[in-house]
Amino acid sequence: MIWKSLDDFIAMGGYGFYVWGSYLVTAIVIITEILLLRARRRAVEKIRQAQAVLSQGEL
Amino acid sequence: MKLNWFKYASPVTFYPLAGKLIPGFALAAAILTVAGLYISFFVAPTDFQQGESYRIIFIHVPAAWMSMFIYIVMAGWAAAGLIFNTRLSSMMASALAPTGALFTFIALWTGAFWGKPTWGAWWVWDARLTSELILLFLYMGFLALHAAIDDPRRADRASAVLALVGVVNVPIIYFSVKWWNTLHQGASVSMTMAPKMAATMLLGMLVMALACWMYSIAAALARVRCIIIEREQQAEWVANLAKEPT
Repeated sequence: MIWKSLDDFIAMGGYGFYVWGSYLVTAIVIITEILLLRARRRAVEKIRQAQAVLSQGEL
Repeated sequence: MKLNWFKYASPVTFYPLAGKLIPGFALAAAILTVAGLYISFFVAPTDFQQGESYRIIFIHVPAAWMSMFIYIVMAGWAAAGLIFNTRLSSMMASALAPTGALFTFIALWTGAFWGKPTWGAWWVWDARLTSELILLFLYMGFLALHAAIDDPRRADRASAVLALVGVVNVPIIYFSVKWWNTLHQGASVSMTMAPKMAATMLLGMLVMALACWMYSIAAALARVRCIIIEREQQAEWVANLAKEPT
C-alpha cells in the first residue's frame, strides 16, 4: 500500500492541491458535458414528439 | 456474405444503430475509468524524481492524445462531407468538435497544474504548449464558424475547410518537442523504444487512454443523434420514429 492513511492520500506528498486540482476540474468538465448532452437529448425528444403529432394531423 | 458498407451512411439507418451502441461504450468507459483510477492511485508507485505530482500525467497524457486524435478524425469526417457531400459525415465532424475541445482544455489545464510544481510556472510560451493552445482555438473556431452560418450545409462546408487547414497543426504539436528545444519533455511512450517508466505507470496511462476513447465514442454518438434529429426534423422518417420506442 502506498498510502499510510486517508490524510496521507489527500496530501499527495505535498502536491495535493495540484493533483486534486487536476482531477477535480477534469471530473467537473466531463460531468458538465454529460449533463449538457442529456439536456440536449431531452430537447430533441420534444421536437421528435411534436413532429409525430404534426404528421398524424396531416393524415 | 455481401456487406453493404453504405447502409449506415444515411442518418435514417445510423440513428438507431448509434442508439444501440451508446450504452456499451458508456459502460466500457465507466469500467475502464474505475480501473484506470485504481491503477493510477493505488498500484503505480511514487515517482522518485517528481514525487506524487506525476500522478497528473494519468489524465494529462491521455487527454492530450485524445485532443490530437479527435481532431484528425473530425477533419477526416469533415473532408468526407466535403468530397462526397454526405450529410452524416459532416454531422459526425460537428459531433466530435465539442468533445475534442474538452480534451484539449483538460490537457492544457492539467499541464498547467503539473507545470507549476515541476517547472515553477503555470504556463510558458514553449512550442508544445503554444501549439496545443492553437488546437483549442481551432476547435473553438470550427464550432463558432459552424454556428455563425444559418444554412447547415453551407456551415458544414465552410467549417470543413477550416478543419482541414488546421490539420497541419497536429504534426506540429506532436513533433514540437523534437523540432524545437522545448521545456516540455519528449514523448512519454514510443513505438520504437523501451518504455521510460515503470510498467504499472504505463499500464495506468494506457487504461485511462482507453477509457477516454470509449467516453469520446459514446459522447460523439450521443451528440450526433441529437444533431440528426435537430437537422432532419422536417423529414418523414423522424415523424415515424416516435411510433417506435427509442
